[in-house]
Amino acid sequence: MKIGVFICHCGENISRTVDCPRVARVCESYPGVEYAIDYKYMCSDPGQNMIRDAIREKGLDAIVVGSCSPHMHERTFRNAAVSAGINPFLVEIANLREHCSWVHDDVEAATQKAIELVRMAIEKVKRDKPLSKINVPVTKRVLVIGGGIAGIQAALDTANAGYEVVLVEKEPSIGGHMSQLSETFPTLDCSQCILTPRMVEVYQHPKIKLLTYSEVVKIEGFIGNFKATIKKKARHINEELCSGCGLCITKCPTKKKAYNSFEEDLAFRPAVYIPFPQAVPNIPVIDESVCMYYKNGKCGMCVKVCDRGAIDFDQKDTMLVADIGAIIVATGFKLYNIDKKAADSKYKGYGEYGYGKYRDVIDGLQFERIASASGPTAGEIKRPSDGKVPKKIVFIQCVGSRDDSKGISYCSKICCMYTAKHAMLYKHKVHDGEAYIFYMDIRAGGKMYEEFVRRAIEEDDVKYIRGRVSRIYEENGKYIVKGEDTIAGMPVEIDADLVVLATAMIPQENSAALARTIGIPYDKYGFFNEAHPKLRPVESTTAGVFLAGACQSPRDIPESVAMASAAACKATILLSSDTLEREPVVAKVNEDLCAGCFYCKKVCPFGAIEVKDVKDMNGIVYKEVAYINQGVCQGCGTCTATCLSKSIELAGFNNEEIFAEIAAL
Amino acid sequence: MDKEKWEPKIVAFVCNWCTYTGADLAGTSRMKYPANAKMIRVMCSGSIDPVFIIKAFERGADGVLVSGCHPNDCHYNAGNFHARRRWDFFHELLDFIGIEKERLQFSWISASEGKKFADVIAKVTKDIKTLGPFTAYKKMNSEFTAVFPEIQEVVKETIIKEKETV
Repeated sequence: MKIGVFICHCGENISRTVDCPRVARVCESYPGVEYAIDYKYMCSDPGQNMIRDAIREKGLDAIVVGSCSPHMHERTFRNAAVSAGINPFLVEIANLREHCSWVHDDVEAATQKAIELVRMAIEKVKRDKPLSKINVPVTKRVLVIGGGIAGIQAALDTANAGYEVVLVEKEPSIGGHMSQLSETFPTLDCSQCILTPRMVEVYQHPKIKLLTYSEVVKIEGFIGNFKATIKKKARHINEELCSGCGLCITKCPTKKKAYNSFEEDLAFRPAVYIPFPQAVPNIPVIDESVCMYYKNGKCGMCVKVCDRGAIDFDQKDTMLVADIGAIIVATGFKLYNIDKKAADSKYKGYGEYGYGKYRDVIDGLQFERIASASGPTAGEIKRPSDGKVPKKIVFIQCVGSRDDSKGISYCSKICCMYTAKHAMLYKHKVHDGEAYIFYMDIRAGGKMYEEFVRRAIEEDDVKYIRGRVSRIYEENGKYIVKGEDTIAGMPVEIDADLVVLATAMIPQENSAALARTIGIPYDKYGFFNEAHPKLRPVESTTAGVFLAGACQSPRDIPESVAMASAAACKATILLSSDTLEREPVVAKVNEDLCAGCFYCKKVCPFGAIEVKDVKDMNGIVYKEVAYINQGVCQGCGTCTATCLSKSIELAGFNNEEIFAEIAAL
Repeated sequence: MDKEKWEPKIVAFVCNWCTYTGADLAGTSRMKYPANAKMIRVMCSGSIDPVFIIKAFERGADGVLVSGCHPNDCHYNAGNFHARRRWDFFHELLDFIGIEKERLQFSWISASEGKKFADVIAKVTKDIKTLGPFTAYKKMNSEFTAVFPEIQEVVKETIIKEKETV
């Protein structure tokens, strides 16, 4: 084998601490090296031409480039090699910049290390085998998980690009948290007015298959070729027959048996219900836990009044399987529940604020419902306990957020803005009321955001107090809020009628389980991890899975929508080609050696390993061996280290190559 | 042997996605660390066979570092969990095969932890320097490299030097 070695100076970046000409000279004398040279910029056009010419003139079979990190220019040099007729996988990079010249000062030590690094690469390339890219077909359908604003936007954008979409929502209606909001900052647009047309568009779109009251239970396969299993929970209403007249709801005798979760438990709902009047689809759900029929087999009032015969008490959960090419995860957030410690011991709760104990200590979403024209008070600001209009209201920011002692160190990002909005809405409705906001810092980064906060302070006379609240207790129907004004340097005590806590945004409770189902990484809080925080913000590290909205980190509406459009764009880019090319770094089983223990099958994170029968001449199975599906394998190599008989090899990183690297040290 | 001049030889097995990229970041941020450690890149810490580590010691390494993504951060979702279990087990066996436990070190270094990478390399180098050269396996060096005749030719001088120190 004839090997060419090319040492790059990277201007002075490498040559300042590494004696590049010496590295090239030393390498030239190594067995197998036909040609070695150093040059100022190997990645430049003349540099690449130098490589191409050398390959042609010297008849090189493989090349080693001593340059920057392979993450930077491996592709450049592989392409150069390909254009001169060398297989791209017979190119090895020795990282002389990030791992050598930039981190060492001593020229002699750095040069020695550079020589060793190049020597390792030479020994590896000698053992590299030519590989060719793997082509896999692409299913042109996108699965969107979550029907909040991010999921809606992603579904619409993808469908409008001409691809089929399956939109899965766990609640009976799409709309998510945005449908619960009264008005949105900083424009004070009515949230439902801007959202509901989009919801209807989703419902009517010929390319979108909407599955509400459904959950994704299993994802198999890989980029371009996922298979999703979706559980459609029993609604007990036949969706085909129901006309959405709502007669069953008005006639249901179990009027106040269950809390209305859409109203954040501030109101009740009957056993058969739609979450809110503008729900999409406008098809009710029967709640088995409170319905009389499921208790004693009697009642059946809804069956009597439904003239279309849509009520189906015997309906069962059904499983649907869909072939999917790309997945967009948009499962959103929930609020930190500050009184319920036991539910999730990770968070400590705020017993001192009395949430859950005092009915007039509420969270931000509850206030949204109280302020909403479609809410339980029809938009009048009334406190939950006695329906009185609160004359003094206290908002507390950063409840949960930015508080390591309570389990969350991040900033929830939207609370500064929505608290300013809440205070403003309150002042617009209760003109003689007083609004106080306890804050740590005001973080109003965003278009027209700072101006919005200023407006709350200057025009609406909202009183901002910088400091934390230590305790809230009830006294004569008032809630005494004891806090500290750190700017004035003195304690503050406010006798409030209503207290609103801006609690932290946390991921949906089953987010970690869903991440494991899909196979994407998540952080310690349960937010899904993006592939790169700056350059790949809407991609997960799993190829073909994209992220949108607050499931990735706290996001406001514009950001969620932008992310959703970006994710939809990424997904459509993926679906726009008929086949996918992927790196051939995959594992392969030597069937003669394989003993069929299938330890590899147990450790494979992708389920790429199958059982294959080996037959003799007469077609009789005489042993079982492991078989690795090349399309599913992502090339981590965990199976190779696990294999007892060493019969699995990872292409490009096999044991022989790694032993040679060790030997060359 | 001149103990003052002796520089330990350290082999680092690192995963492509986190630690290798973290090392790139250390470079981009111009953080300085000793030049003793040479890195061998693998796709995932889960693919690092304990045999690699033993081979590195046979080849004359005085210390070995294994590093991958933080738990839950694995590019392949679970490779580092398998690695972690394997290391826990393997670490316990080191004494048995005649290697001091401190010669093999593990760490989780993410792609954003350039500083941690530099610190870990500095710490490992310092630790191994304190331990001194690892001589127990040196006589196996020529046996191992004999499998790679060309390499043996190249590294002959160093092997002779190393033999003298045994």
